[in-house]
Amino acid sequence: MSTQLRTPMKTALGLGSAKQGLHHFMVQRITAVALLLLVPWLLWLVLKLVTLDFAAAHALLAQPWNASLLLVLVIAVFWHAQLGLQVVIEDYVHGKGSNLVLQLAVKLFCFLGAAAGVLAVLKIALGR
Amino acid sequence: MAEFTLPKNSKLIPGKHFPAPAGAKNVRTFRIYRWSPDSGDNPRVDTYDIDLGSCGPMVLDALLKIKNEVDATLTFRRSCREGICGSCAMNIDGTNTLACTKAIGDCPSGDVKIFPLPHMPVVKDLVPDLTHFYAQHASIKPWIRTQTPPPPDRERLQSKEDRAKLDGLYECILCACCSTACPSYWWNSDRYLGPAILLQAYRWIVDSRDEDTGARLDELEDPFKLYRCHTIMNCTRTCPKGLNPAKAIAEIKKLIVERAS
Repeated sequence: MSTQLRTPMKTALGLGSAKQGLHHFMVQRITAVALLLLVPWLLWLVLKLVTLDFAAAHALLAQPWNASLLLVLVIAVFWHAQLGLQVVIEDYVHGKGSNLVLQLAVKLFCFLGAAAGVLAVLKIALGR
Repeated sequence: MAEFTLPKNSKLIPGKHFPAPAGAKNVRTFRIYRWSPDSGDNPRVDTYDIDLGSCGPMVLDALLKIKNEVDATLTFRRSCREGICGSCAMNIDGTNTLACTKAIGDCPSGDVKIFPLPHMPVVKDLVPDLTHFYAQHASIKPWIRTQTPPPPDRERLQSKEDRAKLDGLYECILCACCSTACPSYWWNSDRYLGPAILLQAYRWIVDSRDEDTGARLDELEDPFKLYRCHTIMNCTRTCPKGLNPAKAIAEIKKLIVERAS
């Protein structure tokens, strides 16, 4: 009944504009461009790595350029994944509780993945 | 949660069959969604065999023939019969379009299936409830907003180039074909404005005479109002006026980037 007494305009306006969304939009596209360039490079790197023994593979990954690009790739992958999954959940999961739990889970998983990936690259790049 | 199956009271059941009159030569079958709020029954699909020999060329002609000669209870909106009022927007053979500009001959062979615009509350038969859609349109304040008072002796002028920017936008008749073809609008129409309203918003943003561009962009910059558009492009594909709402939405997004960089 209470919703029937509200005007259609009240419903259409809702809580108003959040006056943000540009940042999400930009980061999604910047990481997308980064991945477009870095994923082919990663394929090239992996094809090269499988032909090498452990020590040579380790040395190749530890090269500053390769390690730096890998760091950027790891961060871009998980940042992009987090943004994309966030939108998918916003689209389809409308329960307040389930939405919150899933959003938190995605953020934690992506943050953990990025941290683990960065740590792994750093270990290879800085370890001997 | 997004709804991927129909609720129990919306599941379709087979309906009545109305055969063509004896002696009809060129018969085409129309399968039409029927639902009345008064009966409490589930929606059904009635089947009408129509003699095209005594029927006009458009789907709307067939609907009018059915209402006038076969089954007066069939309910639908129509007014101008020439694609300018947007009243007869409905889903014909799986595509949202205007019944008055859709030729029966252009429908793929087999039965012609006619349903109301998708994922909208149904008032009766082919009549959807567009209250929220219209309220969303009103919410963007679709009229000229200025600080400068109009010139006392003439209208506000606009260069030919600036006027040309409204082409492809002013033709929108708000039939709601695009918005109701958009999955983002299906799942989130409570907050997402949808392609029709965003095209209308862009029509005022790009108007050289309007002075409230910044406020209009502020109002749209929102994860749901604007950014629920994922460039699915159903809007552009279905628009019976051949407009491109997806491009208008992309232009809004570009302007929001532009003013921040």
